[in-house]
Order: sequence, then C-alpha cells, then structure tokens
Amino acid sequence: MSYFPDEMPVPVAGPDDGPFWEACRKRELRIQCCADCGTFRHPPVPVCYHCRSQNTDWKQVSGDGEVFSYTIATHPTHPAVKSMASYNVAVVMLDGAGDVRLISNVMEIADENLSIGMRVKLCWDQLSDGQLVPRFVPAQENAHG
Amino acid sequence: MGNGQGLAGKTVIAGVGQTEYGKRGAMKGRTELSLLLEAITRAAEDAGIPLDEIDGFTSFGFERHEPVLVQATLGIPELRHSSIVWGGGGGGSTAAIMNAAMAVATGLCRNAVVYRSICQGQYERYGQFRPRPAFGAFCSPFGLMTPAQMTALTTRRHMHLYGTSRDHLAEIALTFRRHAQRNPKAIMYGKPLDRETYFAARRIADPFHLYDCCLETDGACAVVITSADRARDLANQAVKLLAVAQASGPRWSLGPMGTHNMPVDDYASINSKAVGRLVFEQAGLTPSDIDVAQIYDAFTGLIPMALEDYGFCGRGESGDFIAAGNLSWPHGGLPSNTSGGLLSEAYLHGMNLVIEGVRQMRGTSTCQVEGAETCLVTSGGGGGHKSAAILGR
Repeated sequence: MSYFPDEMPVPVAGPDDGPFWEACRKRELRIQCCADCGTFRHPPVPVCYHCRSQNTDWKQVSGDGEVFSYTIATHPTHPAVKSMASYNVAVVMLDGAGDVRLISNVMEIADENLSIGMRVKLCWDQLSDGQLVPRFVPAQENAHG
Repeated sequence: MGNGQGLAGKTVIAGVGQTEYGKRGAMKGRTELSLLLEAITRAAEDAGIPLDEIDGFTSFGFERHEPVLVQATLGIPELRHSSIVWGGGGGGSTAAIMNAAMAVATGLCRNAVVYRSICQGQYERYGQFRPRPAFGAFCSPFGLMTPAQMTALTTRRHMHLYGTSRDHLAEIALTFRRHAQRNPKAIMYGKPLDRETYFAARRIADPFHLYDCCLETDGACAVVITSADRARDLANQAVKLLAVAQASGPRWSLGPMGTHNMPVDDYASINSKAVGRLVFEQAGLTPSDIDVAQIYDAFTGLIPMALEDYGFCGRGESGDFIAAGNLSWPHGGLPSNTSGGLLSEAYLHGMNLVIEGVRQMRGTSTCQVEGAETCLVTSGGGGGHKSAAILGR
C-alpha cells in the first residue's frame, strides 16, 4: 500500500528528468552526474554547475542516507491528504551522491520518532499509475541506538 | 548619511496607497482589479502627483494585471516603462521598487507606480496546493505542497543546528501581534494573542502551528517613485530610497520552493546574505545604523534566518537576539514589523511592509520609533532571489 492515497499527484516526467523516473521503474535509484567531472546534481538539468559540461551520466546509488530535515504536515492542503491525520516530508541526504538531497517520506515510523541525522534506507512505493517512487524506512542501525 | 553608490538617493518614495485589508474572501463583490485601481489612485493622491503623470508601472511575480491594462483603465495617456520582476510571493517586492527607481533615475519615465493586488476570494488560495511548473515532480508526489511545509523544513534545520526553539518563534508571533494592536488597519487589530493560545493552536507543518503562518489577505498596495528633484515640490513628505538591491547566492535556485538542494552551509538561511551585503554597501551603512526594520515574515521561522543573513547577529545567534526582546517596540534594539507585519497586519506579498517603512520615515507609524532615520525593508523568505531596500528620512 502506498504512503499516500491514490488521488495524490504523480510525477510527470520531462526530457531532463525522464531517465530518473525510468530508472525508478526498474527499482534503481540513479542520480544525474557530470560525465566529465563527476559532480552530482539534482534536480536533473542539462548542464553541470561545476564544469558546465553537458555530458551527462546517471549513477546508481544504494539509497542509504540520512534525514537532513523533516516536517510533520497536519493541515490538509490537497484533497488527497484530507483523510490522513498527518504525514511526514523528509529531505534525505543520499550516501555517495555528493550533497544531493531527495524530498521524500519516511515510512514505518511514528511522527515523534523522526529526527535529523537519523539513518534511513530506500524502499520503493508504487503510485496509482504504476510509477515507482523512492521512499525511505528507518535503517536497522537506528534500532540499536 | 553614508557614502551611497549606484541608485542611492537618486529617487524617493513620494506616496503610498492601500485599500482596506480583509481576510481572504472578505472583499465581497470586488475584483482584484478594482482593489488595485483604488490603491494606485490613493498612492498618486498621497504623493500629490496627478494620475496623468504616472508613466511607469512595475510589479513582481504572481501579479495578474498588465501595466497596459492598468494604464488604459485609469485613462493614463502615456506609458513609458513597464517591468515585472521574476519570482512570486514576496521576493520581488522591493526589487520591483528597484526597477521603478532605475527607470525614474535614468529618465526613462517620470513617476513610476509599484503595485500588488490580491483577491483570493476571486482567485486561488496561496495556502493550498497549486501545481508547480519547475521540479514539481520531485515535490508534490511526496506531499510537499505549500510554502508553510517548504519553509518548515529550513526552519527545522535551523532549530537543529542552532537551538532555535518554539519559544523564539512564539516571541516573534506575540511581538508582531502586539504591534498590530496599535494599528487600526491591521487585520488582527483588536485580536490580541497570548502565549497559551499560541502554543495551543493547531499544527500546520511542524514546527509551524497556526500563529507561525501569515494571514491570507485580500487587498492592494501601491507606492509611487519619483526623482529626488521632483520630491522638493511635493506636498507630502517624500521618503528617501537610500538603497535598493536584488540578489541570489550560488546554487540557490528556487531553494525551499524547489527541491531543497541549496548548498549545505546555506540551507538554514533565506538566501539573503548577498542582498544584505549589497544593500548596505549601496547605502554606505551597516546593520547597526538601522533604526527600525520590516522583515518579510510569511512565517515566524524566516525571521531568525533573516536576522543572521542581514548581519544583525552572527550565524546561530538569532535565538538569543530574539529572546532579548530586540524586535519589540518601543524598547527593543531593532523594533521590527511595527505594523504587525505579514503575520498580523496583512499579507500583500510584502508591499504592506514597504508602506509601513514609509510611515516610519514620515513619523506616522502607530508604533513610531522615535527619531528613526533609517528603515530596512526586506523581501522574500522561501523562494528564489531576494531583494531589500533601505529607506531614509
């Protein structure tokens, strides 16, 4: 079951971010990086901000990471979330992808247990149109302190 | 005062105009356009400049009324300058003043009006989900949908790094609400707020609860810019534009309104270090020269980050600065948002902060800072570029 109800907006891919969502459909988390200097960047754009090369690569990462920031949203701002008492939005700093962060959600956790610095790992969540999107669950190591 | 450069001192704010402010939906039977025309007409009257002589028109992102439409509707014979600054919300409000000042200072036009009108009763609500054209695929499917949620993330990080607390946010909300109790134009006039009510309010997006979020207002504001030369002949006191600037730092992009991939060291900021530096350099002033401030407060959490970006205190020191009562009128070191701000006066994308800045420099604020000669007005909190102005007596 998905983190959000079916009525939630789904990603509409464009030419720049198409490869990201295509990789997701294969359960691969691939982050755009420069094929020349190796600098990771997100969201996907046509040019490397570091060396301005347009040669682009998509490197697969493990999906391990840590919570960089988070909020617990309570006030329903979209019809799809009216039935939810609350949900979290987390900014997750990925391991092995420079300083790239993904906006996502941490599933299988009570609101009050979420914290900055918490280790998380990737899980795939299927949306109403079949698209898989990257979400996260607490990593085991958190359980041991 | 100071050793100004660039635009410094070449233009003035000659007049300001505003409509009544109402809660979203309160302007029954009125359109955004009618509110706008009222504000512009009042600003021209306040300046003592005939509407026929307004030939410049500037605004900023989200504005729905093209200058030619405004010009034609008001029967103004000739338009000589129009421009709109990129970026919605408030980041462009003083940058629109910058455009107007540039056009006047270079002689492209004689008198320019800067305007914003909002009628959410007629159009959509800002506090609800709207599709975002840039990078929306990386935000909406994950429930990141409104400015409150987006700003909550940067604020939460600031709290984590520096110990900023909900007590600090409460102090901001309560201080600005107290200021609004003296301002009959404020939507929250006659509605004081106490600590108990603040902490008991429903949660919107942690750490923000109801009173950490700005109002949703229908109304309009306009200000008229003219040359420093022309100002000498005007009936009402013109306010000096000591500096006005716009900037964005490296890799900020849309910041929290985008995918939150700003540089890690800048994340818990409002991207205003550059504009702060520029505006003080232009005026030849430093933060300690500022007597009163109007700081963009769409959310309480923006204030600590703004105080640090503009250099009123060091990085991570804003919590103590706030707890010491510095923002409070009349005894604080930096009385701020003296009309009640966006939290308690009205939310006109920061244009009402400009108008309060003008009142302070004219000596007509309902929380008048005695002898104030400089007022910083900042624009923007969450989104892309930022702008700011320093007004002078």
